[in-house]
Amino acid sequence: MQFQKLRDFISNKFFVIPEASSSPERYKALRRNITILMLFVTIIPLALMATINYYQYKNSLQSEVINPLRILTNKTKLSFELFLEERISTLKFITSAYSYEELNDENIINDILIVLKKEFDGFIDIGLIDDKGIQISYAGPYSLEEKDYSNQPWFHKVILDGDHISNVFLGYRKFPHVAIAVQSYSDDSCCWMLRATIDTKKYNELIAAMQLEPLSDAFLVNNEGILQTRSRLFGNELEPCPIEIPVGGGETNIIEATDNEGNEIFIAYSHFVDTDYTLVVVKPSSLILKTWFTFRTEIFFIFVGSVLIIMIIVFKLTDIQVNRIRQAEEKHELAFRELEHSQKLSSIGRLAAGVAHEINNPLAIINQKAGLLQDILTSGSGSSNSERLLKVTQSIVQSVDRCSVITHRLLGFARRMDVEYEELDINEVINDVFGFLDQLALHRNIKIERKLDDSLPKISSDRGQLQQVFLNILSNAYAAVDEGGSVCVESYPKGEENICIAIKDDGKGMSKEEMSRIFEPFFTTKIGYGTGLGLPITYGIVNKLGGKISVDSEEGIGSTFTICLPLKSKSIKIENNE
Amino acid sequence: MNKLKVLIVDDEQDLVSTLGERLEMRGIQTQVCTDGICALDIMKKNPPNVVVLDVIMPGMGGLEVLDVMNSMNIKIPVVLLTGYGSKKKGEEGIKKGAYDYLMKPMDIDELISVMKEAINSNDPQENGN
Repeated sequence: MQFQKLRDFISNKFFVIPEASSSPERYKALRRNITILMLFVTIIPLALMATINYYQYKNSLQSEVINPLRILTNKTKLSFELFLEERISTLKFITSAYSYEELNDENIINDILIVLKKEFDGFIDIGLIDDKGIQISYAGPYSLEEKDYSNQPWFHKVILDGDHISNVFLGYRKFPHVAIAVQSYSDDSCCWMLRATIDTKKYNELIAAMQLEPLSDAFLVNNEGILQTRSRLFGNELEPCPIEIPVGGGETNIIEATDNEGNEIFIAYSHFVDTDYTLVVVKPSSLILKTWFTFRTEIFFIFVGSVLIIMIIVFKLTDIQVNRIRQAEEKHELAFRELEHSQKLSSIGRLAAGVAHEINNPLAIINQKAGLLQDILTSGSGSSNSERLLKVTQSIVQSVDRCSVITHRLLGFARRMDVEYEELDINEVINDVFGFLDQLALHRNIKIERKLDDSLPKISSDRGQLQQVFLNILSNAYAAVDEGGSVCVESYPKGEENICIAIKDDGKGMSKEEMSRIFEPFFTTKIGYGTGLGLPITYGIVNKLGGKISVDSEEGIGSTFTICLPLKSKSIKIENNE
Repeated sequence: MNKLKVLIVDDEQDLVSTLGERLEMRGIQTQVCTDGICALDIMKKNPPNVVVLDVIMPGMGGLEVLDVMNSMNIKIPVVLLTGYGSKKKGEEGIKKGAYDYLMKPMDIDELISVMKEAINSNDPQENGN
């Protein structure tokens, strides 16, 4: 049902061209509709394909490029956590293996530090802190015995959680380091803790092990947004990090952001579980999606190129198709109208021939009767009355002659339907046609000028067809001029093979646009009463007779139609050859 | 030379009678009739020197008369009368043995001269007989 409606809508919208609209607009609408449809059916699938391709490629590229980044970030975070876990476990082992008293022994604690430094990377010093927060025993490069840590936040955190890993800090030592502490209890349930510091060299080593590209960056940042390791892009340790990392979530996430310089970047981050560190890896999008951008540009240009080619082909094809349709329709219509026209002329011709023939008989009787009267009068005595009667009969005979010329002309015109080639004097044909239009010229006071070259050779052509040609052009000329205007007909030779006839009027003339279309079927300037067929038929006849017709016109000045005819028409030549 | 004897055949009674009278006035003996059968009858009984024959007549037309004359071997020269539109029929008549054709309305002097030419063209044959 829906499909039916859609089909009806498309066919009504695109293929039903209103017949009432004038010809050029009809073809313009047809051209527009076919173009839209063809573009629609070709560009939509192309655009769909390009879009699907675009997103599929983007997705696959993202999974190929972004997943490794996620894995690398996760792996490095685990390495960090393992490193810290290992240090905490070592301290826990020492608190289990040694008693408070043993650790309070300077020699023992020094031995332990020596072993730690030897077996584990990064340990700088180690100290024993009592339940009051006083460092009662210390092994390391500084003199930190008796230092009171009771006011330090980490001290209370250790009491609460049992262990602690600090953020990176400078402390008394003025170089970045991290403190780790674990809590233990004596046999008398007295609480004490073992605290060690480790330098951040290992942190940098772990980040270096990620083997990032030169434009990428990786660093640790704490929950307050303070850098814990040096960042290539955002500064040194303990400086605030300018990018904001979302809080929460244990898994590795990747977000897209823009750096200070406006470049698009991918940020992979992963929060540590036991400490408030977050590992951040920054990669410029351009680096990750370089191939993606190339692909995007390529697909864009291929799409635009294809669309352009499709459009050119569609426009060209539509133009050819519509022109063909128009030509075929015009040809068909012209043939139909020509047939109709010739049938009409043929019936008029037959009627005229019948009338003319029937009139000839009574004319012959009048002629003979008048002749007899003349004979009687001339044979009798010459009275003044008989002389007068003789004049009257002469006048009757002259009128009969005139009638006879008219009937001959009518019959001659009626015969024009039968194509017949004969030797003819073109000036005579022109004069015959003027005979038909004399009365019209007289009534409208049109001045007729004939510059006919009497020395023109006879031509082989069809009298009837030529009569129609001149009748059409002269009728148009008469219609174009105002009352009192003038029409000039000139015949002259052109080379040795042709003769030309120029029909010039001083009427309203035509614009260039009108001039270029006057030989098109159904184009008329006589809106309301012109058929638009006179000149196309004329053009067809002149062509058929092997001649050429041209027009020259200027608006407000007048028009000149020039017909050039060969001395021997083509068809005659063919017959002769045969 | 004997008095010229002409047979005028046309379905218009008025035309044949007037034409006959005018020819008589010019010293030409005329016989008239208004159809082909009567014309053939006269040709057999009282053959004229020349026949002026209308091409289009009700019943037997001029061309049919020529056919009958040919079949009956009547060798009298014939001048046809045609309308302007029947030019072709005139030419057809010439093929069937007519001497010439004139178009209506014709001039009497022209008719007489064509008749005389027709008789002259036929004379050697007659002499031969």
